[in-house]
Amino acid sequence: MMEELERYLRMDRFPHMWCPGCGNGIVLGCMLRAIKKLDLEQDRTVIVGGIGCSSRAVGYLDFNTLHTTHGRALAYATGIKLARPELNVIVVSGDGDLTAIGGNHFIHAARRNIDLTLVLFNNSIYGMTGGQYSPLTPAGKKATTAPYGTIETGFDASELAGAAGATFVGRGTTYHTELLTGLIVKGIQNKGFSLVEAITACPTAFGRRNKMKSGTEMLLWQKENAVHINRAGRLSPEELDGKIVIGELHRHEAPEYTELYDKLILNVRQETDGASIKPMKV
Amino acid sequence: MSRVVELARLMQGNEAAAEGALAAGVRFFAGYPITPSTELAEIMAERLPRLGGKFIQMEDEMASMAAIIGASLAGVKSLTATSGPGFSLMQENIGFAAMAEVPCVIVNVQRSGPSTGMPTAPAQGDVMQARWGTHGDHPVIALCPSSVREAYDLAVRSVNLAEKYRMPVILLMDEVIGHLRERVVLPSPDEIEIVNRRETQEAPADYYAYRADETGVPPMANFGTGYRYHVTGLAHDETGNPTNDPDKAESLLLRLHDKLGRNLEDILIEDSRSLDDAEVVVLAYGATARPARQAVKEARRQNIKAGLYRPLTLWPFPTASVDRLARQARTIIVPEMNLGQYRIEVERTVRGRASVVGVNRVNGELIAPGEILQAILEVVK
Repeated sequence: MMEELERYLRMDRFPHMWCPGCGNGIVLGCMLRAIKKLDLEQDRTVIVGGIGCSSRAVGYLDFNTLHTTHGRALAYATGIKLARPELNVIVVSGDGDLTAIGGNHFIHAARRNIDLTLVLFNNSIYGMTGGQYSPLTPAGKKATTAPYGTIETGFDASELAGAAGATFVGRGTTYHTELLTGLIVKGIQNKGFSLVEAITACPTAFGRRNKMKSGTEMLLWQKENAVHINRAGRLSPEELDGKIVIGELHRHEAPEYTELYDKLILNVRQETDGASIKPMKV
Repeated sequence: MSRVVELARLMQGNEAAAEGALAAGVRFFAGYPITPSTELAEIMAERLPRLGGKFIQMEDEMASMAAIIGASLAGVKSLTATSGPGFSLMQENIGFAAMAEVPCVIVNVQRSGPSTGMPTAPAQGDVMQARWGTHGDHPVIALCPSSVREAYDLAVRSVNLAEKYRMPVILLMDEVIGHLRERVVLPSPDEIEIVNRRETQEAPADYYAYRADETGVPPMANFGTGYRYHVTGLAHDETGNPTNDPDKAESLLLRLHDKLGRNLEDILIEDSRSLDDAEVVVLAYGATARPARQAVKEARRQNIKAGLYRPLTLWPFPTASVDRLARQARTIIVPEMNLGQYRIEVERTVRGRASVVGVNRVNGELIAPGEILQAILEVVK
């Protein structure tokens, strides 16, 4: 399987920078399988990342790749997509990057329903800076900046995206890779803003502070705590407490931003034919 | 005798800057409302779709700056406009554009600061921010107009320089020039020089995104045109991939500066009045150059050997010209609507060879010609 994906990788950039047990490679693998399944043309696909461990993924990928500033990946991607709507634009972001410093860009990209596919690598922690709590760190969990456990309540990034206007939202884990790949396929196919949230493991900065010492333990935690949405409806709130609901979480129809824009241009040009200010007599 | 002058109009500075940018080929604008630059966004929102271009009102200035970089990488000439508080927010991504060498233009219509200051009052308090606002040793070009027509011309020039040198260019206006209405005759389209970014001629397999030739500027490949490469704000090598190699990091930074250093003749624009025999030189830019010109004219009427030197390119600093002034003049007067931001730079170049005097205001009011004239009269007393 790996060999089939090599054409999408800059093999000279390996070995990668991620720690042993990190789930980022699994998410990346799912993403590339989705790209392969849809046979996206590499020359016509742009992959944009923010700042953080997961965002570094873009450097390993053989596409038009853009590694931006912290939290701003979606805003850069918005400019690219508006300038060249025919390009496939995929955005890779971590939980800190997307929901803290990039939170405003996140809800507004969703609100516009611009045709971007956002893959959120949610490892519940700031990994690159060594383990500080993020807006997606579950309450009570420990981090270097929450040594006694965080007293903050985390966002539900998927709920947030759906409420803000995303037309496709799905969540998978690095244990449920086929599901995750399928969700990314659907996200890319959706003409509009899509979020695919991938629950992934950071044993180094999150797990070992929270009684999960290895990547394997964290994968097993995902296996045991993930509940598919088809089953979740049959469970009581008590039974769902602390569980992660996975699967296709949200989908609705809405006009896509760049299509609306192209229509607007067409209408305006037909009406005015590029008229300008009239010369004045002197 | 009455005659018809083609395209003579009553125009506002912000409008002229917008029209200049459009004439230079800008087809993408991302911005956020802020006084006193909002007219630029409003005009772009109306004009761009008619030209097949796109305007988007982003959620903040960080996003605006990010979006124009994205659009530029995809091959579309891009612009944003703001004022002090928004300019502060843009600094992060201006640094990215400098580091990743992405052509783009930022119009900053300066208002009184710091912080929210006096939003409708003019100032020139962002002169140093335009130079050093984003972190790290970055190159920058900043142009500064003194009239409505110049706002148009320098908008064209800003876009051209951004494309030619692959970097962010700041059109540093102020509230006076932005909101001033003057009669202007705009050049016809065939009179305007338009520069487009140099695109690579290499085959994709031979393309190095950040390998410069003798110009110091690497030819570009727009996203989606068959060249797959990496763009990052990290220190990078010629391929665009990140590196921690000290030699490669240093050679990148030196080249970013050198591409300006070796092209100063092309980048530096200046203007002067009665400078030849001047013993007292008024060095002024932006709105302040208008009263300065009046003051010099009045001083000449009183047989004082006064002259005006006006840098239109504020950054890079016109070191050679100021050096000449230092050898020629007894005194250089620098009027500014700030506490002497450019004067410090003038003093640094003059190095005591002439006295350097400031005329400064930070109360949101203009400097009057009489105040500058008085400074001239005092130094010749």
